[in-house]
Amino acid sequence: MKTEHLYSRRFFLKTAAAFTALAALPSTVKAFYQEVKNFIVPAKQTLPLVVTINKKEYQLSADTRTTLLDLLRENLQLTGTKKGCDHGQCGACTVHVDGERVLSCLTLAAMLPGKKVTTIEGLAVGDKLHPMQQAFIECDGFQCGYCTPGQIMSAVACVKEGHTRSVAEIKEFMSGNLCRCGAYNGIVESIQKVAR
Amino acid sequence: MKPFAFTKAESLPKTLSAKKETTQFIAGGTNLLDLMKKHISQPDELVDITSMLSDKIEAHKKGIRIGAMVRNSTVTLDANILTNYPLLAKAILAGASPQIRNMASAGGNLLQRTRCPYFYDITTPCNKRQPGSGCSAVEGENRMSAIIGYSEQCVAVHPSDFCIALAALDAAVVVTQSNQKNSTIPFSDFHRLPGSTPQQDTNLPANALIHSIEIPVNDFHKNCAYVKVRDRDSYAFALVSVAAALDLKGNTIQEARLASGGVAHKPWRWYEAEQYLKGKEANAVHFKEAAAMAAKDVKPLAHNGFKKLMLQGAIETALQNCLTT
Repeated sequence: MKTEHLYSRRFFLKTAAAFTALAALPSTVKAFYQEVKNFIVPAKQTLPLVVTINKKEYQLSADTRTTLLDLLRENLQLTGTKKGCDHGQCGACTVHVDGERVLSCLTLAAMLPGKKVTTIEGLAVGDKLHPMQQAFIECDGFQCGYCTPGQIMSAVACVKEGHTRSVAEIKEFMSGNLCRCGAYNGIVESIQKVAR
Repeated sequence: MKPFAFTKAESLPKTLSAKKETTQFIAGGTNLLDLMKKHISQPDELVDITSMLSDKIEAHKKGIRIGAMVRNSTVTLDANILTNYPLLAKAILAGASPQIRNMASAGGNLLQRTRCPYFYDITTPCNKRQPGSGCSAVEGENRMSAIIGYSEQCVAVHPSDFCIALAALDAAVVVTQSNQKNSTIPFSDFHRLPGSTPQQDTNLPANALIHSIEIPVNDFHKNCAYVKVRDRDSYAFALVSVAAALDLKGNTIQEARLASGGVAHKPWRWYEAEQYLKGKEANAVHFKEAAAMAAKDVKPLAHNGFKKLMLQGAIETALQNCLTT
């Protein structure tokens, strides 16, 4: 008479195989995920970069897609420059390239070699604030402060360009910097103070 | 953004002949990077052409030549332009912000893509972005859309202010092709109407680059104005804009130029109104008549009927401003 065993040989083999597979799963899943990712997401391309920021030279390797804004904030931890809209509509990311105000969110890092970048971190001399930074404090040129680094970089350029002959002119030439707290009057006063 | 290879152009002929369909040239980048972030433009290769193009404004006896790489802000500061072609500076100063004008190139300004909200929203159909998918604006939110020269396939408007002044001043676009020969395209032929191929904004040949912009000598420098009506007083695209220029002898109009932005897929010239003004006294009655003549041809869509009166008012104001500036 054949003995009825509770577990057959086939059952044992199947179960053992399943457990082995389960134990190996984390690495298998990871590999599978990588394979799918490589298939769907094209490999990123990097390039070596030499950039001069606040009079300091940096040698880096960056994704070709990196904007100056992301380079500053993510790669160099210079987080004074703010990301507002990331689409050139708010001015929060304003920095100077070769002394001219530009939007760092619409500047490719790859196009910077040979140029000199100045950010809000590069305005003060040691502990001595830039006159525009001092004026923003004295004239209440901000409330929450998020747009302020961009406002100050733009304001410094506005004075340098000489667009300070009237309140209307200052407002027109500062229109690329939005302030959702509405500190505009203080900002205009700060610029007038420095321009005098 | 989709990953891409980045190279710096080293020779113009090589760059032009090596251009593939998935290659994009980058100069100022103020429009292109935005489009790439939104996945509207997805090049495999980006070629930096900034060192290949002229960044000079040169005067010659027939007019003035603006190199394709001249920054927008440079145009507004050039002494020759401010004296002899002030309309160009007025138009540029009415657009974008100081930061963007510092970055954007003259050539790139001509190649700006529309700001139609459906073109920017990749979840909606748009014939310009995805040919054959349909136009969401024609029956949708079309407050900002065209009122003349549009088709069932596209009602988008051209976004540039500089181009409106260039159209008014009968400029021409000098184009370098891959055989290194230069050819000239009259400004009125450079931008297209949408027709059944709205994906194509301009008549710039494939594998070609804008070399420079030529503006002929004219007598409009004393009496010209740019009026831009928009939702916000500064740093906004036009609902309607008007570039007006008068050549006056005493108070008699010798020649008149009227062009508009915010109304069509390309800078729009009001030839009939210009013709009407020729030989007339420069006064409010004639300006009003000219404005009405231009506005009679427009066919607003469901949400932009207001643009007809706005256009009429903007033309009258621009012509009046020609006399005071």
